[in-house]
Order: sequence, then C-alpha cells, then structure tokens
Amino acid sequence: MSEDLSQALQAQVQAAYAQGRTLDIQAGKSKTWYGNPTEGEILAVAGHSGILNYEPSELVITARAGTRLTELEATLAAHGQCLAFEPPHFAETATLGGTIASNFSGPARPYLGAARDFVLGCKLINGQGEILQFGGQVMKNVAGYDVSRLMAGALGTLGVLLELSLRVIPKPETELTLVNTLSTTDMLQQANHSARLPLPLSGFAYLDGQAYIRLSGTEGAVKQASAFIGGTALAAGTNFWLSLREQQLAFFQTTEPLWRLSLPADTGVLELAGSTLYDWGGAQRWLVSNLDALQIRNTVAEYGGHATLFRRSSEPTPVSPSVFQSLTPELMHYHRQLKQAFDPKGLFNPNRLYLGL
Amino acid sequence: MPVQTFNPDRELLIAALQALRPPVLILTRPEELKPYECDGLSAYRRLPLVVVLPETIEQVQAILQICHTQKVPVVARGAGTGLSGGALPHEQGVLLSLAKFTKILDINPKRRTATVQPGVRNLAITQAVDHLGLYYAPDPSSQIACTIGGNVAENSGGVHCLKYGLTVHNILQIKLVTIEGELLTIGSHSLDSPGYDLLALMTGSEGMLGVIVEVTVKLLPKPERVQVLLAAFDDVIKAGAAVGAIISAGIIPAGLEMMDGPAIQAAEAFAQAGYPTEAAAILLCELDGTHAEVSEQLLRVHEILIKSAATEVRTAKDAQERAILWKGRKSAFPAVGRISPDYYCMDGTIPRKHLPQVLQAIHEFSQEFELAVANVFHAGDGNLHPLILFDANQPGQLERAEAFGGKILELCVAVGGTITGEHGVGMEKINQMCAQFNRLELTQFHAVKAAFDPEGLLNPGKAVPTLQRCAEFGALHVHQGQLPHADLERF
Repeated sequence: MSEDLSQALQAQVQAAYAQGRTLDIQAGKSKTWYGNPTEGEILAVAGHSGILNYEPSELVITARAGTRLTELEATLAAHGQCLAFEPPHFAETATLGGTIASNFSGPARPYLGAARDFVLGCKLINGQGEILQFGGQVMKNVAGYDVSRLMAGALGTLGVLLELSLRVIPKPETELTLVNTLSTTDMLQQANHSARLPLPLSGFAYLDGQAYIRLSGTEGAVKQASAFIGGTALAAGTNFWLSLREQQLAFFQTTEPLWRLSLPADTGVLELAGSTLYDWGGAQRWLVSNLDALQIRNTVAEYGGHATLFRRSSEPTPVSPSVFQSLTPELMHYHRQLKQAFDPKGLFNPNRLYLGL
Repeated sequence: MPVQTFNPDRELLIAALQALRPPVLILTRPEELKPYECDGLSAYRRLPLVVVLPETIEQVQAILQICHTQKVPVVARGAGTGLSGGALPHEQGVLLSLAKFTKILDINPKRRTATVQPGVRNLAITQAVDHLGLYYAPDPSSQIACTIGGNVAENSGGVHCLKYGLTVHNILQIKLVTIEGELLTIGSHSLDSPGYDLLALMTGSEGMLGVIVEVTVKLLPKPERVQVLLAAFDDVIKAGAAVGAIISAGIIPAGLEMMDGPAIQAAEAFAQAGYPTEAAAILLCELDGTHAEVSEQLLRVHEILIKSAATEVRTAKDAQERAILWKGRKSAFPAVGRISPDYYCMDGTIPRKHLPQVLQAIHEFSQEFELAVANVFHAGDGNLHPLILFDANQPGQLERAEAFGGKILELCVAVGGTITGEHGVGMEKINQMCAQFNRLELTQFHAVKAAFDPEGLLNPGKAVPTLQRCAEFGALHVHQGQLPHADLERF
C-alpha cells in the first residue's frame, strides 16, 4: 500500500488553522486509549503510507507515517534486519507515525535504545500548515536543532508526522532466553550486575518469581554468555517477549489501572500495593494497582522516576488523574513556549500530553 | 528578520560583574582576552568585551541574569577545541568559560552513570571509571582535551559512533541555565522522562538555547576483547564497496575508518604506523565484544575483505600493534598539518552508496580550485572529513579553500546527506545551512530558538542563519537532490 496524502493533509491543517478548529491526529487507532482525552476533527493519516527508501547496506529506512509497522518489519526481516527498539503494536493497524509519536519501545530498550534513539529525520506539517523537513537519512547529522527527535514522544502535539527515517540494525544471529528462579531483591541485583558486564543482553524481565533473561548476538557470544549466566533455556522464548511487549501476558488482563513506572536502574523494591511486573532490568515496571495516583507518583518521584497511567481502569471512575507525571512550572513554561513555536493556535491533539498543550 | 545589533555599556557590564559576591574571575585586558579569540577553527578570530570564569552554578545564573538585563550577548566555551567556530566570541558580548567546572560529582556503578561538571574532559570520564570495567563511549578525536559540556552542545561523535551512537544516545540528564538565569533539570536518571524530549533538543544546540552546567552520562561495560584489521585497496571505490559488504553481512564494527592515498602517506610519514603507502585506500575495522563474538566476526570480516579485492589484510597481533594502527588514523589531522602550512577540515555526511561519486567530484574540485585534498572518512556512518590543503600566506588560497569546502558541502546535501556530521554549524557552515534548509524550516528553527531565548542573546549569529543572510548568500536551497546549478552530471 502506497499513497501520498500530504497535500490533502496539509489542506486540512491549513483549513483548521484558518478556522481555529482543533485536530485529533489518528492513523492506525491502535493507541487511542493512550494519553489524556483530546478533542477535535479527525485528521486521518493512515492512508498516507508506503516505504519510500530502503537500502539495507545503509541501515536506514524511510517511510510515510501511515505505513503499518507490520509492513515495515516484514520488509526489514526480508533483508535480515529489524527495528532495534522492538516497538509494541497493540493492534495490527499500528503505524510508524504513532509509534514514534508515542516513543514506545519494547524489552530491548535498555540495551539497544529507545524509539527516539533511532529517529534520523522526519517530514512534518506544523501548526501553520507548512510542510517542513528536519534531520535526514544519515546517521550523523548535527545541522540545525534536533527537531526529529523532539517529535518522538510528543504525541503529535507539535506537528503531524508525514515521513520518518529510522536507523535499523541487523537481526541478531541467535537469541536465547534463560529462566532463573530468584527473589525480587536478588533479581534486581543480578539485573544490575549483568548490565555492568560485557554480555549480549537484550532483555531482562521478572514475573511471578522468575527472571527471564534474553541474550542476542552471534552463536558463540550467546553460548558463552549463557554458560556464564546459567538457568533453564526457555523453548518458547520468542513468544514470551512478544507477549510481554504486546501486553498479552495474563498479568495485563485486568480491569484495574495499569501504571508504567520508569525508574533509575538501581531502584529497589517499592512499597506500593498491587502486583508488579519488572522489565528493562527493573528500570521499567508495570504496576496494576488501585492506589491513589498521587501516592504512586510521590513514591516514584522520591527515587528519581516518573509514573504514567498507561491504561485507565475499565470501571468508570469519578475523577481521572492526569496520565503523565506533572512537570515543574519552569519546564512546563518551556513546553508551552515550544508548543507555541510549532503550533501557535494549538490545533494538534490539545490536552493529550498535558492540559493546555 | 533583521540582523541583530547589540550596544551594551562595557563599563556598566563590568561593574555589575565585579559586584557579584563571591567574586567571579573577570578578564578585561586585551592580552587576557587574546587566548579566547578563537576556538579550533582559527580562521575566525574576535575579541569579546570580557571573559568570565565562574566556578559555581549560582555564579553562572547571576552572570546570565546580568547579561539578560543589560542585553549583552553570551557565548559559552568549554575547551575551545570545536572546529566550526561555535565558541567564537561576540565583540559586544561576554565569553562565558566553563573551564573551572572540572569536578566529577558522582560515579554510580550500579546505575552505570557518571555525573560531571561541564568542564570535565571527555577522556577523563573514561579514565575515572576504568577501574570499574566501564567507559564513556563517544570518543571525538579531540577527546584528550575536549570537554563534556562542549560535547553535549555539539552532539559529538567519534570513531565508535557507528556502534555506540553519538552524545545524544549516551547521556541521561543535563542541568542547564537559561538566558534568564533559571536552572533547569532536563532528563532524569531514569531511561525516559515525562514531556517533550528536551534532552534531545538541547543536545547539539550549539549554545543557542542555554548554558550546560552539569551532565549525567551513561557508562558502558568495557568489551571483553577488541581487535583491529587493516585492509589495503588499489582503488577507493573497492574500499567503499567493502564497507557496504561488511554491513550487509550483518556486522556492525565498533569502528570502520577509511583513508585515501594522500591521507595514508601523510599519516605514515608522521606516525610510522606501518601503513601500506602505495595503497589507494585503507580500511581500519575494529571489532569488539565477547571473545567468541570477536573470533567469529574476525573470520567473516577477513573473508569479506578478501572477496572485496583487498590487496592486503592484516590483523593487529596485540594491543600495542592495535594502538599503532589507530595512532596513524587519529593523527591524520596533525599529519596533514605537517605537509601543508594550513588545512581546512570538512565534515559532510553522505549516504554511503554515493561515496564513489562524491570522491570523484572532490577530486575534480581539487583540480578546479588547484588545491590538494586528503580524505579521512568515518566510512561506516558516511561521515567525510576531506582535508583541503592550502597556504593562508598565499593570496587567495584561504578563499579558494573555503569555496572548495562549500562546494563539497553543497554536494553532500545534493546526494541526500548533510553539511555537518559532528563538528556543528557554528560560524563556519552558516551559509551552507541555506542550502540544507528552506526559509520555512529556518523560520521554524528561529521559533525554537525564541522559545528559550526570545531576545537572541545566546551565541548570536551562529548555527542558524537569518533569512536575510541566506538571501545575500544566494539562497541555493537544494530540493529533492536537485542543485539549482544542476551540475550533477559531473559524477
């Protein structure tokens, strides 16, 4: 599927600008539940799709934002390559644009990098309906401010992504998942200890007393590291990491709120009631809990982290807390200034990231 | 947008700075200002009104408040090793040196982080954590002298960024003082932070948005084993093809460097690295990882290089030989400096597949401008460093070198690359920015700048050209790979 809708999208943004209407940017609708509620006329990006340039030996792929992740990944796989940051899809309609706008990254993130780390360039429509291009298709590029990476995680509030160039990596030759029964404290200690050693780690998760450790690399490297780490090889390893990434494990099947906690690598066990799944070697934790938002946020902040209300309770609640941890007033000021710089009339996804942005 | 003019009252400024308590070191006499007149790009020189050398964050805040109140431009400076004139002083401004911020504040082995002041040298971080089996990955060739604050401001790369990324991939948090004197903490010690990715925006912003006063870097485990291969070729095109073949085989070397004939000869004369001086090009390929991984990859890379028609492939026998092989590459700049009175180092990046055409065009430009050129190339990531040889004492040569360099950069943009891979725009490539970005994109950059510094006091005149400047320069924005002077036939 390949179609260039940039002119139609631009025209819709220009009309919205002229008439002061807000826009709700949507593509695959795989993550509409994420972020705070927004309001506006739908700007449908899904049809703006197609891979524009891919040369495996350059390790770069350029595609329109509406390109489905499945198409992108299949194209890369055909050439023995992949997206290092293993983005979750959450639905088969998930697109490249939504993935970058939300900066979602899978289990390999602490070892290989986040979505934002692989963004090389983008084409976007700003809030005045202008089509602009930043960054490029090369790995090293310091001309101008890094607007492309700024778009990662901005949830579309700064511009409509039209095209993205990403760095890709060769698919690892071998992958192996080891399982070890450990206490939470021992697991956290081992996660930190092994990350300090030159091991080909690509995943470290912990659930129900079991640590899942993934190794990726050449056959020799994986064999050497697996002898060092020890544990039982998990035959269905690939499936485990996929279910973790897509939140299909039984742990995630809940009606209670799901919190995402992002913490410094050496954070110990937190005193928060609820059930916890550890990912990223302990640096990302999923907490299913009915605790008060403020209590969760204050606890996490004490350790230098932040908490995101990733999925709200499916039961109706009287007051829904803000999805993202609040910023200091100073930082919020510069967020508003940047919003003003890209989207002066506040057309794009109002409030989705923060109230007033 | 008019070009900004500033008319600060020098006496008033000095009086306000002198009134700070505790006192801040202030330099005002011409002979004291002289060492600050340029950075690593010595073709541009200017004296600032004053140089200040604060020692604390509070002092930086106070200095910026004074500058903000009195409308005085501010140029921040680390070690002054930058190659694009980014730290070139402003005649009407304060040169803010961070040279006294040399403390390593915290090393956290569990988190694998180091928190340092901005004046800490790049290599000093690695040295301070070496005993923990850790290191800081980005390694610009000036790493012995350049400071981490400057690295963040320029988003510095180095030889190993093909595998380990640039500065932006290797930092977690910075503290930054705004032009209003406000202290911001950007990023965190977690892997991500709520809100916009201001850490990415600040990295590589060339001192235009704020002054960096603290940096927390990520540390990586030192690889178990490192090995270096040298391959010689009788043709640069074959060497370029070998680079593509290695990467297509699924191998990401820690470093993959290319030098052409003139660069090899200069480096060999200077460093006696044992390079084959008759070769048209050499590749240096560094592999790192576990013992098993390096052994497997060595075999494969060796095979690929032979298949790619290398005339010779050598593996360093030990750490000493490895160091010697690298020494030749790392001393390429001073080596060229020895064979020519002056040289001008370019920094374009291109998609690697265009290497043959670009090298051919550089060769033709060399004849057109009657100036020799030696090419050193971070081959893995497409970052070219052509060194244009000239003699500034010969009338017209500097101008010819600059024109030659400008042509190379415009060509890099035309083939889908960029005018600067790692040295920054600074003062040097300000005109070429007009080739890479159109007026709408430049206007967007100015809006980003204004979000943090509406009065344009931080590093004025650098990094992003005014639209007026581009109009004067002749606005040769390259669109869709088409140069307005359609001379693409030349390759």
